Amino acid sequence: MISKHLGKKTYALFASMVLFGSLGNVLLSKGMKQIGEILDLSPGALVSLFVKTFTNGSVWLGILSLLVFFVSYLLLLSWADFSYVQPASAIGYGLVAVLGYFMLGESISWTRWAGVLLICAGVALVGRTEPRTTGD
Amino acid sequence: MRLVLFIAIVVLGGTAGDIAVSHAMKQIGEVHPLTPAAVLTVLARAFRMGWLWIGIGFMAVGFFSLLALLSWADVSVVVPATALSYVAGAFGAKFLLDEQVAPLRWAGVLLVCLGVALVSIS
Repeated sequence: MISKHLGKKTYALFASMVLFGSLGNVLLSKGMKQIGEILDLSPGALVSLFVKTFTNGSVWLGILSLLVFFVSYLLLLSWADFSYVQPASAIGYGLVAVLGYFMLGESISWTRWAGVLLICAGVALVGRTEPRTTGD
Repeated sequence: MRLVLFIAIVVLGGTAGDIAVSHAMKQIGEVHPLTPAAVLTVLARAFRMGWLWIGIGFMAVGFFSLLALLSWADVSVVVPATALSYVAGAFGAKFLLDEQVAPLRWAGVLLVCLGVALVSIS
């Protein structure tokens, strides 16, 4: 069983990790797509690419989200096992598939749904183990 | 052969990074209560720890190897193969961090690994 105070904090930081991790990747992807495909690798083009990247709002929001993700990850690891946090955070894959299906109307192949199902089952199993097995 | 070597670098580099960061945070210990002031104090301590920077270094090695790999190898092979990180992570946690990986947790890790591989194939 998961002790009460550990449970609450753990779930809150998990939610933050999964949410901001997915959001960060989506925002970075959106920003880089606005910038367009990189075809020219000359120094001048790279400088202009750099300027375009770091003046793009979505890129900055993406970086900010990924920072929140990393801080949540660090805090979680201060008390929870890595072998608990790592597999459990894979639930993000499921979230992205479900959001893509319901919000963006993406078509999702049956192999992908099967993968999401396996991930959910795996996370459910890991979630039944004690988050911390090392003493301090 | 070069493909296998690069996948190994991506998986082991990333996992070594996570294990080192995890080791640093375990040394700091549980952040409790979770107030903004406590979070800032812990972050300030964390970023002065050698293991945290070693971890970030390894993560960077894993990440840039992945980018390099993706520039010449097939995404549909590379990305599912990186799901092996979940298995490598559980081994690292057990042998380097002394965590107890119970059979139930192993079963979960294997399901997640298979699931992530399937998701990224499609």
